[in-house]
Amino acid sequence: MGKLPPFQILIDEHATEVLAVLRGAVGREGADDCFQETFLAALRAYPKLRDADNLRGWLLTIAHRKAIDHHRARGRRPLPVAEVAETAVEDPIPDVGIWTVVGTLPPKQRAAVTLRYASDLPHAEIAAALGCSPEAARRSLHEGLKRLRKEIA
Amino acid sequence: MTETALRRLAERAAEERLLDVAYTTADSPFGPLLLARTHKGLVRVGLPNQDSDELLVDLAERVSPRVLEAPAQLDEARRELDLYFEGKLDRFELPLDWQLSDGFQLRVQKAIARIPYGRTRTYTEMATRAGNERAVRAAGTACGRNPIPVVVPCHRVLRSGGGLGGYGGGVPMKRGLLELEGILDK
Repeated sequence: MGKLPPFQILIDEHATEVLAVLRGAVGREGADDCFQETFLAALRAYPKLRDADNLRGWLLTIAHRKAIDHHRARGRRPLPVAEVAETAVEDPIPDVGIWTVVGTLPPKQRAAVTLRYASDLPHAEIAAALGCSPEAARRSLHEGLKRLRKEIA
Repeated sequence: MTETALRRLAERAAEERLLDVAYTTADSPFGPLLLARTHKGLVRVGLPNQDSDELLVDLAERVSPRVLEAPAQLDEARRELDLYFEGKLDRFELPLDWQLSDGFQLRVQKAIARIPYGRTRTYTEMATRAGNERAVRAAGTACGRNPIPVVVPCHRVLRSGGGLGGYGGGVPMKRGLLELEGILDK
């Protein structure tokens, strides 16, 4: 367990990546607000953080929660398509219009799908971001994808 | 990363009183100074030859890990220092936070803060003023550990024989400050 470095170091080292992840998850417009919320939440919690070993993972987890909050607040409006498609790293879903359909999924499924394909997060981190077990995250993702396939078939 | 986003973050952090330690770098005739403040006042001045990263790590451990670069929070300190280096200010008014010192060292440093502009004292005098005339060496150590140099003018403390003694920022800087205040001839 390391000592907590000056918070500014977290900003210097991870702000660019956090912003990129947020742009992928919520689009360029929402990303700036989510960025502020992410680092303010991190700053609030920072002195009580017990473990300085994975500050990057900790920040990204907070960022994903803020992205989910953002999606919830936006309700069922479609995601900003071009931004999201750019960052689809693994197994990209070919039709960018698909994100409009993703926007109609129930919140947990929508978040799981977005975090998996737009932010390229592994199941464990999706679980951390959603505050559920990896098994539940996997199930949400699976259900979400099943529904998507049906929608676009 | 845009400057605007980071500035806004610092502003919001200040509004929420999350800026436990705000810092910036300020120019001086001797090189860049690191200025750090808490909610109470100026807590640390880093001299040009000192490692800023180390000072910030030290502040994170001893004051709070909420250490953020926030130049606007140091405007007042920077303004007074600029005037001082131009020879237009002979007394700092900005609030200080003494939390990095305690005991005998704190007493010595508070006594140093009262040495008037353009005047000097000896290490022996400082030991006496701090309540222990025999603790001359400890008084010297207290000068060396002054967390707020320049503003707390430890450069005004000299050896009894008239020698300059040491300085955290290097003896040339001490000489330069004494010249600025008209104590030494240029």
